[in-house]
Amino acid sequence: MKRVAAYRAPSPGTQPDHLHPPYVSSLKRAPTKPQVAIPYTLSEVTGPLFGAEIVVPRASDLTQQHSGEPLGERIIVSGRVLDEDSRPLPNTLLEIWQANAAGRYLHEVDQHKAPLDLNFTGCGQAVTDAEGRYRFVTIRPGEYPWRNHYNAWRPAHIHFSLFGPAFATRLVTQMYFPGDPLLPFDPIFNCTADEKARNRLVSVFDWEITMPEHALGYKFDIILRGREATPMEE
Amino acid sequence: MSLQATTSQTVGPYFKIGLEWLNRDNLVGKGVSGERVTIQGRVVDGDGAPVPDAIVEIWQANAHGKYDHPEDTQDKPLEPGFKGYGRIATNADGVFRFTTIKPGPVPGPDGKEQAPHLVVSVFMRGVLRRTVTRIYFPDEPRNAADFILNLVEPARRSTLIAKKAAGDPGTLEWNVVLQGPDETVFFDLGL
Repeated sequence: MKRVAAYRAPSPGTQPDHLHPPYVSSLKRAPTKPQVAIPYTLSEVTGPLFGAEIVVPRASDLTQQHSGEPLGERIIVSGRVLDEDSRPLPNTLLEIWQANAAGRYLHEVDQHKAPLDLNFTGCGQAVTDAEGRYRFVTIRPGEYPWRNHYNAWRPAHIHFSLFGPAFATRLVTQMYFPGDPLLPFDPIFNCTADEKARNRLVSVFDWEITMPEHALGYKFDIILRGREATPMEE
Repeated sequence: MSLQATTSQTVGPYFKIGLEWLNRDNLVGKGVSGERVTIQGRVVDGDGAPVPDAIVEIWQANAHGKYDHPEDTQDKPLEPGFKGYGRIATNADGVFRFTTIKPGPVPGPDGKEQAPHLVVSVFMRGVLRRTVTRIYFPDEPRNAADFILNLVEPARRSTLIAKKAAGDPGTLEWNVVLQGPDETVFFDLGL
C-alpha cells in the first residue's frame, strides 16, 4: 500500500480565515466550528483534469465573442501557473469573469446603474501551455459600488478560478490592478494578515506583454500549492 | 519551496457568468455501471436562511473505486462515461440537486479501504476560501471503520452522511449548514 504525499499547508497569514468581520457577508456564512484536520488520501490528491480541447480559441479573447468590439480599454492579461517549487503547471484550466468597462456584470443580481455592453459577456477560459503560460485579451473592468459599508467600492478586479492537478490545489482568487486607489479600503483584498501575500494579487504592468498600437499588458502569475516529498513505500 | 501559494478570494455574487459553462448536475454518461443516486440538499446560513448564490463541486471515484486521474494507479477499470466531476449552483431556495453513482471504496491512510464517499468543495459570496467536506452514504457498513469519519467527534458525524429522502427511495438528502448546532463538518486541507 503506497501512502500519498500531502500538499503543503499555507505559510501563516497568507490565506484568509473563513470569518473576516470587515467583510459583512462572512458573518452569517463563515463556518464557526474548528475545521477537522485530516490526512491526505487518494480522494484529495486526485481531481478533475481538463485538456486543452475543452476550450475554444476565442474563449480567451473576451473582446471577440460578439459581432462588435466591447467598449473600454483593451488589455492583455498573461502569466504563468506554477507550483510553490516554481515548476510550471501545464494543462491547467483557468476560468475568468469580470465586470464590463462601466463596472457592470452581465448578471441579473447586479443592479448597479451603469450600462451593460451588448458586445461584452465578461467570461473567458484558457488552458495553460507546456510552460504553464496563459493569455487573455479583455477590457479593463470598471470599479463598482457594493453595500458592504458606507460608500463602499470594489477596486477593479478579474475573478480567476483554477483546478490544478488535484482536488487539493483548487483555487478561486481575484486579480487587481497596480495603483488602484481603492485597494487600501477593500475588505476582500485586505483579508490576509500578510501584506506581501495580498500584494501578490496585484498584477504588474509589463512591457513584454504590452502590444504596440494595440493594448497594455499586465502580468499575473498564479501559484498553486506545492507538495511534500513523497513518503516511502510501506 | 521558493514561492507561496496565491491567496484565495471569494467567488463573489456573480460567478455564474464565469462558471456556469462547466456546470454538471448529471455525472453519469452512457454505459456507466453502479447504483444511480440523486443527491439533493440545501445550503443554509447562520440564520437558517437559504444561500441562493453558492456553488457545489463534486469529485468522486467510479463504481469500481477508481479515480479518473493518473495518480490513481490501482488495478481497477476506468469507464469512459464517468469522469467523476460535478458542479451545481444553488437555486433561489438554496437547493442543489445532482445525479451520480455510488462510488466504490478507495484506499485510506491506514491501508484499509475508505467507506464510499464524495469529496465536496462549496464556494459562495461571503466565504473567502473554499469550504471542503464529504458526503458519505446511509446504510453503509464501511462507515463505522472509516478512517476520516473516525477523526470527527461522534455527535457531528451525521452531518457528513446523506439520509434517505422521505417518500423518494432513489433520492438522498444532504445539507450544507454553515453555522449553528447542526453545522456541517468542514475539513482542513490547508485551503
